[in-house]
Amino acid sequence: MSALIQLTAVQKYYGDYHALRDINLTINEGEFFSLLGPSGCGKTTLLRTIAGFEGVSEGAVMIAGKDMSDVPPNLRPTNMVFQSYAIFPHLSVAENVAFGLRKSGMGKPEKAAAVKDALNMVGLDGYGDRAAHALSGGQRQRVALARALILKPKVLLLDEPLSALDKKMREHMQVELIRLQRAVGITFILVTHDQEEALVMSDRIAVMFEGEIGQLADPESLYRRPNSRRVAEFIGKMNFINGTASATDEGAKLLVPGLGKCTIPAEQFPQGVTTGDVAIGIRPETLAVLFEGDKAPRFEAEAVVDEVVYYGDMTYYDVRVAEVEKPLTIAMKNLIGRPVLDVGAKTRIAWDERSLVVF
Amino acid sequence: MKLRVYAIAYLIFLYAPIFLLPLFAFNQGTIIAFPLSGFTTEWFGELAKTKALHAAVQNSLFIALMTAVFSTLLGMCAARAGAMANFPGKRGIMGFVMLPLVLPEIIVAVSLLVILRQVLGVNLSNWTIIAAHVLICTPFCIAILNGAFQNLDPAMEEAALDLGESRWSAFRLVTLPLVMPGIISSMLIAFTISLDEFIIAFFLTGTNPTMPVYIWGLLRFPASLPVVMALGTLLVALSIILLTIAEILRRRGIAKAGGTDKGGFL
Ligand SMILES: Nc1ncnc2c1ncn2[C@@H]1O[C@H](COP(=O)(O)OP(=O)(O)OP(=O)(O)O)[C@@H](O)[C@H]1O
Ligand SMILES: [Mg+2]
Repeated sequence: MSALIQLTAVQKYYGDYHALRDINLTINEGEFFSLLGPSGCGKTTLLRTIAGFEGVSEGAVMIAGKDMSDVPPNLRPTNMVFQSYAIFPHLSVAENVAFGLRKSGMGKPEKAAAVKDALNMVGLDGYGDRAAHALSGGQRQRVALARALILKPKVLLLDEPLSALDKKMREHMQVELIRLQRAVGITFILVTHDQEEALVMSDRIAVMFEGEIGQLADPESLYRRPNSRRVAEFIGKMNFINGTASATDEGAKLLVPGLGKCTIPAEQFPQGVTTGDVAIGIRPETLAVLFEGDKAPRFEAEAVVDEVVYYGDMTYYDVRVAEVEKPLTIAMKNLIGRPVLDVGAKTRIAWDERSLVVF
Repeated sequence: MKLRVYAIAYLIFLYAPIFLLPLFAFNQGTIIAFPLSGFTTEWFGELAKTKALHAAVQNSLFIALMTAVFSTLLGMCAARAGAMANFPGKRGIMGFVMLPLVLPEIIVAVSLLVILRQVLGVNLSNWTIIAAHVLICTPFCIAILNGAFQNLDPAMEEAALDLGESRWSAFRLVTLPLVMPGIISSMLIAFTISLDEFIIAFFLTGTNPTMPVYIWGLLRFPASLPVVMALGTLLVALSIILLTIAEILRRRGIAKAGGTDKGGFL
């Protein structure tokens, strides 16, 4: 895998506003890369500096080994799927898809064949003659994809392409996009504020906060070993308990109020082993409510059910544990024969020191 | 019910004078008064024969056309900058650009006359009138075109750029067709304003009067009043036809672009 896009020390200012702070990033050929972050953190800005719609204030953007500082968007080997899709409403579907071929020097039949292939690829065969403004959201999105992919760019940039679709359609298109990316082998850079979408689709994810990259990792590392509290809170759900730690040779001894004592290795401290007051993160699915006859594999504690949210496949319990200030959220699969507890029920919960992350 | 009465009264108030135009244009008597004294097309014949009028109409049409083209071009630049670009002092500048909208025409006319004749020493001609008309029409054009450009998704033009077009061809292939209804409306408004503008034309006219100035000249001869009426009738008919065409084009444009109709003239 070779590097396709390289951003070095990129800074972007809008007047006094520091929109991108020292971005260093390498994106590989054929990679599905996501930029994830809360609204206003600069994801779109970063994407637009790669596309060439925004210049950088400092630093350099290189694509395929070439410095892009003087290359306008129409000459960059990137194509973009806009958040609004930007389908040209005065043209037909086929004319939209063929738009980028105007300068290709292709003959009419060649173009028609290319358009047909492109529409085929996104599952819109036979839609060529439709008026573009008469399409549904999902169809527009496919047209936008076909229009960008027909040019066989080195990089496809997608700015929240699924956010305008309903939940069912979104999940469907996530799978379609992954399939499409594998089929064409083009580098995809996806902007999203939906952490689940990023986890599902990406090879690697850059989590952004306020113009800087907080963590860059593959989905599993990101979820299991968030490198900071803000990443942990942004990706999935995480309970935090204030505890104390004391360093040992291999890692640390941990006192988790209400749950107990344990020893954990240094790698569970993403920012390095600290002693004294620490914040201990526990994912809801690594805790468990114990039912009649269940035995905790590692540790257990007494708890009282405070809130029950039933999702069908899952039940989320908020339970109170003595000495823990906030209720802990626990995610339980609704397996066969497993009851749903009522609010106020006394129960035992199981926890495992291997799932803790400590900051 | 009451509301309908008001509406009808209002419409009569608005349109009665205009309905009187054709009435007297086809009336045989030279005096503009009831009762009518018989049908004639004599006054229209008179129009066809008056050489001076033809020249005035030609002047006016030329001035109106040029005004429509130039003020719409300027309006497009301003509206596009206003909608798409961000620059310091944008609000203040846009405010100043719109100012001629509320400036009394007589002030514009006098100051232009002074500047053109005394300061610059330019000879008065159709072009001086065109320049002045562009000045007063541009704010109207900007107001109309602002609507068209602000409805436009800025990503449209960027998408065209992204697909390999240059800035100019992105504008020509995507933006221009999408704002065309606005451009037509704008040209039409500028054309109409210029065509019947009197004060500025009166001050700045060279040796060849425009149509309003010519009509004003006719009014001093009571005998020519019916001719003025006939001319007025033609102008009203022309206005209605132009407006209708513009409206049809506008609606077609919107339907083609898949937008929803948000007003317009008719
Ligand atoms: N042209 C601009 N001029 C001034 N500020 C801008 C400009 N474009 C973006 N910003 C600011 O830069 C910051 C980052 O914007 P950006 O659009 O990149 O956010 P984002 O992460 O894409 O957010 P969202 O998820 O809401 O789309 C925002 O605070 C925004 O207000
Ligand atoms: Mg954005």
